Amino acid sequence: MFNTASTTPEKLLQMLAALLLFAAVMGVVLFFAGRIGGRKGDKWVGYLYLLPVVLLLLVGLVYPGLRTIYESFFDAAGKAFIGFDNYKTIFTDKDQLTVLRNTVIWVVITPFLATGIGLIYAILVDKSRFESFAKALIFLPMSISFVAASVIWKFMYEYRPDQANVKQIGLINQIIVWLGGKPIQLLIESPLNTLLLIIVMIWIQAGFAMTVLSAAIKAIPDDIVEAARLDGVNAWTMFKNITVPSVRPTIVVVLTTIGIGTLKVFDIVRTMTGGNFKTSVVANEFYSQTFRADNQGLGAALAVLLFILVIPVVAYNIRQVRQSEAR
Amino acid sequence: MFGQPTSPRFRAVLAGTLSAGLVFSAAACGDSGDDGDSASTDASASSIDCSPYTKFGDLKGKTVSVYTSIVTPEDKPQIDSYKPFEQCTGVTVKYEGDKSFETQVLVRAKAGNPPDIAFVPQPGLLKQLVATGKAVAAPPETEANVDKFWTKDWKSYGTVDGKFYAAPLGANVKSLVWYSPSEFKDSGYAIPTTLDELKALSDKMVADKKKPWCAGINSGDATGWPVTDWVEDFMLRLYGPETYDKWVNHQIPFNGPESTAAFDAVGAYLKNDQYVNGGLGDVKSIATTTFQDAGLPILDAQCEMHRQASFYAANWPQGTKVAEDGDVFAFYLPGKDASAKPVLGAGEFTLAFADRPEVKAFQTYLSSDTWANTKAKLSSGWVSANKGLDPNNLKNPIDQLSAKILLDPASQFRFDGSDQMPAAVGSDSFWKQATAWITGQDTKTTVDNIEKSWPK
Repeated sequence: MFNTASTTPEKLLQMLAALLLFAAVMGVVLFFAGRIGGRKGDKWVGYLYLLPVVLLLLVGLVYPGLRTIYESFFDAAGKAFIGFDNYKTIFTDKDQLTVLRNTVIWVVITPFLATGIGLIYAILVDKSRFESFAKALIFLPMSISFVAASVIWKFMYEYRPDQANVKQIGLINQIIVWLGGKPIQLLIESPLNTLLLIIVMIWIQAGFAMTVLSAAIKAIPDDIVEAARLDGVNAWTMFKNITVPSVRPTIVVVLTTIGIGTLKVFDIVRTMTGGNFKTSVVANEFYSQTFRADNQGLGAALAVLLFILVIPVVAYNIRQVRQSEAR
Repeated sequence: MFGQPTSPRFRAVLAGTLSAGLVFSAAACGDSGDDGDSASTDASASSIDCSPYTKFGDLKGKTVSVYTSIVTPEDKPQIDSYKPFEQCTGVTVKYEGDKSFETQVLVRAKAGNPPDIAFVPQPGLLKQLVATGKAVAAPPETEANVDKFWTKDWKSYGTVDGKFYAAPLGANVKSLVWYSPSEFKDSGYAIPTTLDELKALSDKMVADKKKPWCAGINSGDATGWPVTDWVEDFMLRLYGPETYDKWVNHQIPFNGPESTAAFDAVGAYLKNDQYVNGGLGDVKSIATTTFQDAGLPILDAQCEMHRQASFYAANWPQGTKVAEDGDVFAFYLPGKDASAKPVLGAGEFTLAFADRPEVKAFQTYLSSDTWANTKAKLSSGWVSANKGLDPNNLKNPIDQLSAKILLDPASQFRFDGSDQMPAAVGSDSFWKQATAWITGQDTKTTVDNIEKSWPK
């Protein structure tokens, strides 16, 4: 009955059945957990509670992950074993190297700029009269989906030729024209276009960085700040010796979180250029190889590469979270 | 909103990001058209014979979902043309048009979430979809309609490994050049009848200080396809249908002299700064201009000619008169000499992923002459190769021109080549490389890269 529903009532019925199933599973888990007693039993209760999560992770993450790694050693149709050829393609093919170059540019620039802007903004508006309003302003883009943000910025970068009777409709090019320049096809010139796409990501993520860092700044104990003030430090020393060291763990977590998001960036590239004009990144290339070029092997290899790139950042991120928890 | 880094919220972020290395969610950006109350008076007025659908049983209250690449403004006549069927059977047709159809339909089929019926515009993609094992063969009623109303080659495009899956739906003529009749008349330009005349005409326009051509190839995920049409049209003209077929089936290499010559012949137009890009910029602006916008400068007299298929008729703003004596019209992109009449065209095919009776009934309706004539009365910029289509129902001059070209016994019709090539070429490298070619890549690199991507 789980693949035949076509009408709305049938689908609702399915949903109800799934919810009941979920409740039943949880009921069974709780029932057995309740039967285990004693101090030693606590450990087993913990394992039992973990069981559904572990099962779901196995089905939803571990199996597809292993399967993807397995597929990455096969050809386009997923039939013939070709060893590491797909990986060789990624690191030798000219187009794929451009993809890697772009991903590096994204990861090097985005987290630092977004975090930097967020940090400076958080300090500037801290305890000012318009703090909440100013924060809302920079946080707003965060609430827009990547695709919507990309569409907005696509209009910002829109190009119309320098010709009689033709008016610019993109803000950036209109400003260029007002300043006496000639309109530029912003999304075509590489590597400028990649930087312009990165701006969209920063626009979205700076608000996140600002909010988290602002909370961390507010948590700096007042006595430290007051002591520093009594010592007569100037704004720069305060920033360098008090604020930044105090929120350092938070900065690292924000940096790595944005870094992970940047590694996986897909929506912005796909919406704004579709990966054309040398702007493709690993996540977008993996999608277009798998679903458009029908090259499952190369697509899987790109997914594995992305996975390998993300792991160290995630590990570092988790360690930082743990450390700041321990303090 | 966000607490200190000690907050458990961060753990959730981490868990999410960990998993996303392998899993991703694609936003299906579809425009779903509702067939609600926007009943066109035309469609509801024409009552049809309901008897062919009674044998499928009582279908009242059932729903058929249709997923297509046909979006605004071409979707409205589609949706309206289902009204007679809905009135006959009580079935509701749920229409969903999506610009990213070509990619998303594969994703949906592979994920086990296909629509009931997809309008597949490419025989190559059709083969891929059948290969997923999720598609179902056409019911005998539909096949009978196809045998009756279509020629054998059209049926063969919907057949995979000897099994008939998909009935043809619409057809379009791609070998057309849009122009402004009044501008041609005022400037004394004659409609060219050979390729040499076309070139001479373009040069004459340049001499008159005009930009002869405008073009645009941006089309979301499918950016680049209009260039492939240009190349196919010139391949067909320079080397004839037999070589064209060999080229499409990779019996001659893609980086051979034929491809190179066809690309260069197109480049003489599209990569010629004197010829393009009227009202839109320089050569590179072709890459960022959407194909929908590309012909519009003709209306402002900023561009003289625009090569695009018959369906472009629907893209002109409301109030534009599309006729030989109107604001815009099209002429047949001439052959090498006046006697040769190669025609490049395309069409959609209705592929079903479910074999419920209401789906079969709807497939049968779409393959009938009844539907073709109903659709003809509602549309502009639409024709079908359905032999049951009464040309008198085509009120639009451009559709009559298309029908004339399609029905001309001298015509040598060939289906869009990139639509038949394997997906790795036809809907990936050919598009991508053609786009790179427009933005500056040389012909040799372009054809070499496409050849390299051809699946072995």
